[in-house]
Amino acid sequence: MSIEQMIKENIVNTPPSGIRKYFDLINDMKDAISLGIGEPDFETPWSIREEGIYSLEQGRTFYTSNAGLPELRREISRYMKDRFNLAYQAEDEVLVTVGGSEAIDLAIRTFAGPGDEVIIPEPCFVAYKGCVMFTGATPVTIELKAEHDFKLQPEQVLNAITDKTKAIILGYPNNPTGATMGYDDYKALVEVLKDKNIVVISDELYAELTYKGKHVSIANFPEMKDKTIVINGFSKAFAMTGWRIGFACGHPAAIKQMQKIHQYAIMCSPTTAQFAAIEALKNGLEEVEKMVEEYNRRRLVMVDGFRKAGLDCYEPTGAFYVFPDLRKFGLSSDEFCERLLLEEKVLMVPGNAFGECGEGFARATYATSLENIKEALRRIKRFVDKLNR
Amino acid sequence: MEKQLLDILKTNGRIKEEDLAVMLNTSVDEVKSTIERLEKEGVILGYDTLIDWEKTDYEKVIAYIEVKVTPQRGQGFDKVAERIYNYPQVTACSLMSGRYDLFVVVEGKTMKEVALFVAEKLAPIESVLSTATHFVLKKYKDNGIVFNKPRKDKREAVVL
Repeated sequence: MSIEQMIKENIVNTPPSGIRKYFDLINDMKDAISLGIGEPDFETPWSIREEGIYSLEQGRTFYTSNAGLPELRREISRYMKDRFNLAYQAEDEVLVTVGGSEAIDLAIRTFAGPGDEVIIPEPCFVAYKGCVMFTGATPVTIELKAEHDFKLQPEQVLNAITDKTKAIILGYPNNPTGATMGYDDYKALVEVLKDKNIVVISDELYAELTYKGKHVSIANFPEMKDKTIVINGFSKAFAMTGWRIGFACGHPAAIKQMQKIHQYAIMCSPTTAQFAAIEALKNGLEEVEKMVEEYNRRRLVMVDGFRKAGLDCYEPTGAFYVFPDLRKFGLSSDEFCERLLLEEKVLMVPGNAFGECGEGFARATYATSLENIKEALRRIKRFVDKLNR
Repeated sequence: MEKQLLDILKTNGRIKEEDLAVMLNTSVDEVKSTIERLEKEGVILGYDTLIDWEKTDYEKVIAYIEVKVTPQRGQGFDKVAERIYNYPQVTACSLMSGRYDLFVVVEGKTMKEVALFVAEKLAPIESVLSTATHFVLKKYKDNGIVFNKPRKDKREAVVL
């Protein structure tokens, strides 16, 4: 028996993310513009980097406590209260993780296993489905609709719930659609979920990047707070993707078990990143606001540019993505994006990379310079004009 | 919107009014009238371009000069400042707190030219007590922009 035959079936059966082709194509190209990079184009603000460097100079090269540095957990607790009006005790309701990604994996592993179902509204971040499949649980997907501005509808959830449902994963502000959910949107959803034994795993990595109104978490509803794991982090808001640091907040009973997996699998988050993260929360918010202002301007330019180019798109209000509708061109997302890349050297990610119902759309990010955005829009307009001829 | 408009113009004076209107979610007319008003009120005084002269063949020397003066009765520092900033060689002039009074920026083609200007024009002014001239050897950052920074995108080409 070869090692390949010894691999667990549910690992083999989980498909890899489907964008390898684009990666290979663009890497051989000159003057291509990628609107496919789902991370900030800003470098981490200097004072944060400096704190990381200083911690290394001081020889802070050891493990920290499993849950994370106490000072960092205190800062996270303060931040969540000040910024989002969510109260979590630093001692037992906050867990520092290796990026939001680890927190998502921990939460899923803590609540779902073989025979269970986890509800995943799509299109969404690609890791949710994979992480659910790795546990042996079954992902049950919901198709979010453009006509609802990609907001989750309570009836959809009601229809997806069975007696096997253990958890639902929410990702707002959303990657890839840029959709957000406000207080009223959640209110109706809370009515459906409040009496059910279903955990909400709420991925709020893009919470700071909200352009119309304040970010709302489902955990802001008292009846949901104890049943919700809120996941947030530093990658998107503070431009710290490479540091790999995020966190999970929730009821002590849940955090305790998540921490156990974290302890055995990971030990602790990178120590350097933890020291840098303390500085981010203490003194980094002004820089965050500057970046958010800049994203917002680019957002408006991109939406305007797409519409002027003849692409339909609803106005995204969060994250740094625009999700234009390609359906009127009679091409699949994949055909549209591949031709756009080959003919005009602009990369957008086909919407179906984020779930089947993303078919007919594409994700474009404005986490790139304004000059890049404007040049990309010129090329996209030229491409669309050609398709329309 | 006024603060946002000024923030954008501060880093990009060449931006088109059409683009400003989109970015600020307003009309082109509104942008135009606001800019006109700010110009008229003297809030916007001009549109500068940040140039790295090192990368050109033109000769350019910049000196920062600390000037100590005796303030004049009834006019304080304003009169002597005016006598200094009226020279076209002086590109900036500010009243300072601390060890000296006026901070003067002088530009010229050569060090000698700047030094002579200080010796022959600046220093002899009646109320000037002393000057200290510092020549700029290398500019690392100006107006919030780092010079000679590689502008390459270090990210992977596709990230989901």
